[in-house]
Amino acid sequence: MNWRAVQAIYLFEMARTWRTLLQSIVSPVVSTSLYFVVFGAAIGSRITEVDGVSYGTFIVPGLVMLSVLTQSIANASFGIYFPKFVGTIYELLSAPVSYFEIVLGYVGAAATKSIILGLIILATAALFVPLHIMHPWWMLTFLVLTAVTFSLFGFIIGIWADGFEKLQMIPMLVVTPLTFLGGSFYSVNMLPSGWRTITLLNPVVYLISGFRWSFYEIADVSVALSLGMTLSFLAVCMVLVWWIFRTGYRLKN
Amino acid sequence: MLSMSPIISVANLSKTYGSGFKALNGINLDIRRGEIFALLGPNGAGKTTLISIICGIANLSEGRVTVDGHDINRDYRAARSLIGLVPQELHTDAFESVWATVSFSRGLFGKPKNPAHIEKVLKDLSLWDKKDSKIVTLSGGMKRRVMIAKALSHEPQILFLDEPTAGVDVELRKGMWEVVRALQASGVTIILTTHYIEEAEEMADRIGVINKGEIILVEDKAGLMQKLGKKHLKLYLQSKVEAIPPALAAYHLELSEDGREVTYHYDTKGDRTGITSLLSDLRNAGIRISDLDTTQSSLEDIFVSLVRAP
Repeated sequence: MNWRAVQAIYLFEMARTWRTLLQSIVSPVVSTSLYFVVFGAAIGSRITEVDGVSYGTFIVPGLVMLSVLTQSIANASFGIYFPKFVGTIYELLSAPVSYFEIVLGYVGAAATKSIILGLIILATAALFVPLHIMHPWWMLTFLVLTAVTFSLFGFIIGIWADGFEKLQMIPMLVVTPLTFLGGSFYSVNMLPSGWRTITLLNPVVYLISGFRWSFYEIADVSVALSLGMTLSFLAVCMVLVWWIFRTGYRLKN
Repeated sequence: MLSMSPIISVANLSKTYGSGFKALNGINLDIRRGEIFALLGPNGAGKTTLISIICGIANLSEGRVTVDGHDINRDYRAARSLIGLVPQELHTDAFESVWATVSFSRGLFGKPKNPAHIEKVLKDLSLWDKKDSKIVTLSGGMKRRVMIAKALSHEPQILFLDEPTAGVDVELRKGMWEVVRALQASGVTIILTTHYIEEAEEMADRIGVINKGEIILVEDKAGLMQKLGKKHLKLYLQSKVEAIPPALAAYHLELSEDGREVTYHYDTKGDRTGITSLLSDLRNAGIRISDLDTTQSSLEDIFVSLVRAP
């Protein structure tokens, strides 16, 4: 293992975060606060409780997941897309690093960033609503798994994208709708049964449900299923990344 | 004397792109330890493709490349850690500082931190006073030196310079060659591609010419100059002549259109150049000379004649 290379990539990516602190950390915190004001205060005053939890409290795990998902994808996809775009990728390809090390550096940094972000948002939420976490270790497990999985997914998008438009396309057209429809702001049980069935095809439902369970022990689907789905998606992403590097897809001509 | 085993060995290397375009065709090339090797060729000849394959940026289609005995695919770590690459285009991280980007390169190549070495590299390339500047603020010539500094950050045994002086002013170019010479003196093997043939002529120990994906010639520079280097003797005549007298046919002289200049081609390698007898035969034919001038084929002439050959 070329640990020094992993460290170099990781620190390089983290340095980028500190340089773009406003965009990386502050703006998600601001938008999350807005969600609290709009959904928590305005709508929450009409929906008093969901599954025995106040509405403001209920949406916290979904909000954290919303940011972690989108930020993981954004960070990781930009992290690998940018060297491709400006051409500095030559150095990565000509260095004595394995694909695994490259992924570890980039995905590790992107995941770290979104985990920190998730925790900041959680802390922000605690200012608005009373929070209690029943299973903190499970909460962290779901947080880390989701951050890693979606950073991997973002890494794949970053390699696939050959323009800024494509870089935005998947997050905007696929991930954001899936997240909003994945039970961030409501319980899947609140939907009519037909919609409920369709919603269960949405992978994000399982992430949010599992994450919410670790807070309040309320879930739309069983925790085991949530964990299983998250791990499956992680496995799919890993296989894709492995294939990308094996074939040099969009990296080597 | 240079060591016997080549530091880079390219055998039967071919590269076909997805589009079906064959960029390299059956390349065989050995680079000797410690030499400066210049790879010459017109645009699109395959110079950059060849370098990209050796450095791991492009996949090869057929053949085998070893770097100091390490296969570039099977043993890529060992092979790549010996190589520093300065690509043709200026690819830099605009918002990084010079110091950070050069240190990053060293880490990427798995070398432990060594600020003293980075400092030396930056000083050698006259970048020391810019070490804290963001790359975006540097001039083109400085950016190119930053890329060289990145390539040298991990103390490579082999340095690839792909068109290193494109867009670099004369002063800077000279400074760059001084660095290259110093590197060679410290035992680094250097492979460069260039459009400036004078540079290859001035810098290289050996020269390879590549055209349409094939190596058409590899030769010691001196040998190449001698082998293909013809000299030309130009004679300025006192009065116009209509045609070369038949008595002088054996010299294959060329008469200029205005009939006032005669050019004689001769080989410097031959024992007899034939100049003395030519001059006396000219006199016998009644042709008087007002002045004369000799020129030698430059590498450029050789190159052009090689590349143009069918």
